[in-house]
Amino acid sequence: MTWTTLQTAMAEQGYIASGDLAMALHLSLTLGRPLLLEGAAGVGKTEVARVLASVHDTQLIRLQCYEGLDAAQSIYEWNYQRQLLAIRAASEDGETGKTVEARIFSDEFLLERPLLKAIRQDKAPVLLIDEIDRADEEFEAYLLEILSEFQVTIPEIGTITAKTRPIVILTANGTRDLSDALRRRCLYAHVPYPDLETELSILVSRYPDISDRLCAQIVGFVQSLRKQDLEKKPGIAEMLDFAGALMGLGVADLTGDPALLQAILTTLLKTQADKDAVPTEIAQRLAGKAA
Amino acid sequence: MSHVTKFAARDPGPAARMTGFVAHLRDNGLRLGVSETGVALEALTHINSANPSETRRALKTVFTGCAEEAAQFDGLFDSYWMNGGRVTTRVMPKAKPSLNENVHSSRDAKADADTSGGAGDISAPDGGEGAAQSDGEGKLVATDVSNLFKKDLRSIVRPEDIAEAEKVALRLGASLRDRRSRRRKAARKGDQIHFRKVMRQSLATGGEPIALPKRRRPDRTLRITAICDVSGSMTVYSQVFLAFLAGLMRADTRADAYLFHTRLVRITEALRDKDALRALSRLSLLADGYGGGSNIGGSLDRFSRTYGRRFVDNRTVVLILSDGYDTGSPEGISNALNRLKKRGCKIIWLNPLKGWDGYEPIANAMAQALPYLDLFRAANTLGDLASLEPELARL
Repeated sequence: MTWTTLQTAMAEQGYIASGDLAMALHLSLTLGRPLLLEGAAGVGKTEVARVLASVHDTQLIRLQCYEGLDAAQSIYEWNYQRQLLAIRAASEDGETGKTVEARIFSDEFLLERPLLKAIRQDKAPVLLIDEIDRADEEFEAYLLEILSEFQVTIPEIGTITAKTRPIVILTANGTRDLSDALRRRCLYAHVPYPDLETELSILVSRYPDISDRLCAQIVGFVQSLRKQDLEKKPGIAEMLDFAGALMGLGVADLTGDPALLQAILTTLLKTQADKDAVPTEIAQRLAGKAA
Repeated sequence: MSHVTKFAARDPGPAARMTGFVAHLRDNGLRLGVSETGVALEALTHINSANPSETRRALKTVFTGCAEEAAQFDGLFDSYWMNGGRVTTRVMPKAKPSLNENVHSSRDAKADADTSGGAGDISAPDGGEGAAQSDGEGKLVATDVSNLFKKDLRSIVRPEDIAEAEKVALRLGASLRDRRSRRRKAARKGDQIHFRKVMRQSLATGGEPIALPKRRRPDRTLRITAICDVSGSMTVYSQVFLAFLAGLMRADTRADAYLFHTRLVRITEALRDKDALRALSRLSLLADGYGGGSNIGGSLDRFSRTYGRRFVDNRTVVLILSDGYDTGSPEGISNALNRLKKRGCKIIWLNPLKGWDGYEPIANAMAQALPYLDLFRAANTLGDLASLEPELARL
């Protein structure tokens, strides 16, 4: 598969990837390296993994990172309740300590978490490590070990080596700076807000029966809105919500009803400050320019 | 753009060219190791490398690691592969001449300190005259004229002072230690049961958990990010503050430092230099415009939009050292501070003027900033900074 066929395959699944992104994904697949995607919230980083999984017809395993995430929640955990019960039952049956120990620290009592699960699949899954910058530095160190060796060491069992190498995608949107070690281990692609043509084709692929005029208006409007000084710029998901709302309300022209447009803006602007920054006059001016 | 570089006939081949390209990237500040060259060559075998735009995309994926590098990459690619090969196509680039002879300072540190007559005592601002001067009318008005001639910071800060400042910085850093982590570690006293340990220990007693090991959240250090004003109105105090910054950098490897006058400059890397004197020389190179006008709002705004997004989080204390005399609009400051505050950090503003009798933060900028500050204190000597310790511990 070359990068252009990958791009087309993704387009068939409804994801319009830019050339840079398709190339990065292609290389990540052929070289077997993790891919780090960075970009503002709402540009479709997480969606890449989902689409990639369906292109490869494989499972998507997702690890959502947050502050305080640790090995117990990301790699594995023992099922303590079952272990306790098993020990009690064993002592009544008169089992010896050694055999009990071997039994309760076996696969049966192991709770797989995403990272361990990802390396134990028969068919290489897509492993999405979402918002890695939200996890703290210690977790990055764990992750580095797994990403370089593709193996997990459990003291009671031993080292588990990957059956298949998962396709690893990491996403970040700049909550904190990632370590150089992690960046070096990964291929990198920066996902910007889409340009006019890309966004048009995204909109058309999601809403095939939208009129050309409204489509151009919506995308033009959202693109010029992103150029405004906003706290939270509207992403692609917001643009699609906006389009959905317009379609649902049967609006055929953005400049038609200023009050209605202002009301629908809630799908694009998510803070009070941003709403204040785009009063009716500005919204009308932007809509007028886009028309 | 359209012309592909013609390499010399004796050029040994693609591998050497790639090495040359990596060297070219390194010269321009990208941090690349040997392994990346290998990965890049391997990547080229998976694509149609005769197509420049494909090659560009592939190499960009391999060689860049953050948004800034990605933005820089296209230009670098063009200059090496697409430019007709006049400027930077040498496969063996020669070592870049250092910007200034002083960067590799080998001179006698002692002698230098002695000749730097301007350096006063670190524990007080630059003598009585300085303070008296600033008492006059014209002096405290912020100017927006950049001071274009370079001032040698080594004449302002002496290496010995740094050692003293280091001690203060260490103590301050230590007082900022307490913020609870969210992860839990085994501990003698804790708020949760450490199940994994319980299981292991109860094996010996036939499944009867007799001892209950606990776990708790350990304390984590806060990181200090210091932003120092070195504009004209701050000249008399910057000696103290720069020494403090230099000390802070040496005492705490995670601290971060910035200077601003009319522009914002990151000085962390420069101050990390092992040689204290050389660190200051590097700083002087960075801080041209020292002692000029001040643009607090603009600088803080730039900070909150660029570095702040990467280096400031809820484990950061932002320390602003400035007198609040600004030429920009006061809204600039409050907006920037608001944006920083939303990242969850603590903001401390140390204002040398606050120590004066009857000082009121009426300078417009200062008044606008007040609502966002966690701590607003006077500090114009190292002693003052040291006495902040208990207050920081309370934050």
